[in-house]
Amino acid sequence: MDLSSSQHGAYHLITVNAARIDAAAAIAFKEALRSATSGGTGDVLLDLGQVAFIDSSGLGAIVSAIKMVGPDRRVELACLTPDVEKVFRLTRMNTIFRLHSDLSNTALGQTG
Amino acid sequence: MTIAPAQSAKVFELVASPAGIRVGLIEIRMHLRETGLSDCRCGTTEIVLAEALNNIAEHAYEDCGVGDIAVAITLDDVGILIEFTDRGAPLPGLSPPAGNPPVLDAPSGDLPEGGYGWFLIRKLTTKLAYTRQNGQNFLRLRVNLRGAQHAPGRTFGAWSR
Repeated sequence: MDLSSSQHGAYHLITVNAARIDAAAAIAFKEALRSATSGGTGDVLLDLGQVAFIDSSGLGAIVSAIKMVGPDRRVELACLTPDVEKVFRLTRMNTIFRLHSDLSNTALGQTG
Repeated sequence: MTIAPAQSAKVFELVASPAGIRVGLIEIRMHLRETGLSDCRCGTTEIVLAEALNNIAEHAYEDCGVGDIAVAITLDDVGILIEFTDRGAPLPGLSPPAGNPPVLDAPSGDLPEGGYGWFLIRKLTTKLAYTRQNGQNFLRLRVNLRGAQHAPGRTFGAWSR
């Protein structure tokens, strides 16, 4: 699974360069996420703008990111497409993750 | 007696592996879009399809990566009837899981990473019936696309359209 990772001040931006986080991709996604988060510091901002579809295994992999980064770093999500946002709202995961409609609304946007 | 899909159904044959299900979902979504269904409704339907298919591959076929799943899709003026047929193991207790809501008030380190599949299926369907016959599983779901789309799912002992 192709992830781009960059440090922006206190924020660690991770961009998912894939159209689907489904059962076929969940294990590779989780491994890539583990590798990306271990190489950064600060709160994680996961950019899901290219992800058109997610299933419950993909959702579980994103939940696992909270555990990967530990209690001192938050995981926030940005740019959810309609089907992805639907899964987060239906499972009430929108109450666990802070969701940003675009990157300009995040601390990343404010710091440039 | 065999259970045949509705005559106007469009039938898709899928391989019960993660890759096979992905290919099938993309093909079915293309079909739904061609019928004029909105993106929002296509999305709702694809979520239900994905969760039901993943369950069949993971549990009925025990993640072995082989096995066939037939998916019959029928659109009518109320919504979509989806009929799944597979030759895997029966559902435990011959009954679909309740799909209880995930427990999210746990400390973040204890949040569940699974158990959302049947919850999503129940949440997005209005009718659900399961039967086991001649070594085959038959699961019928109705995705209601009119009015309250997210009405809680109910289980019907006998299927009625």
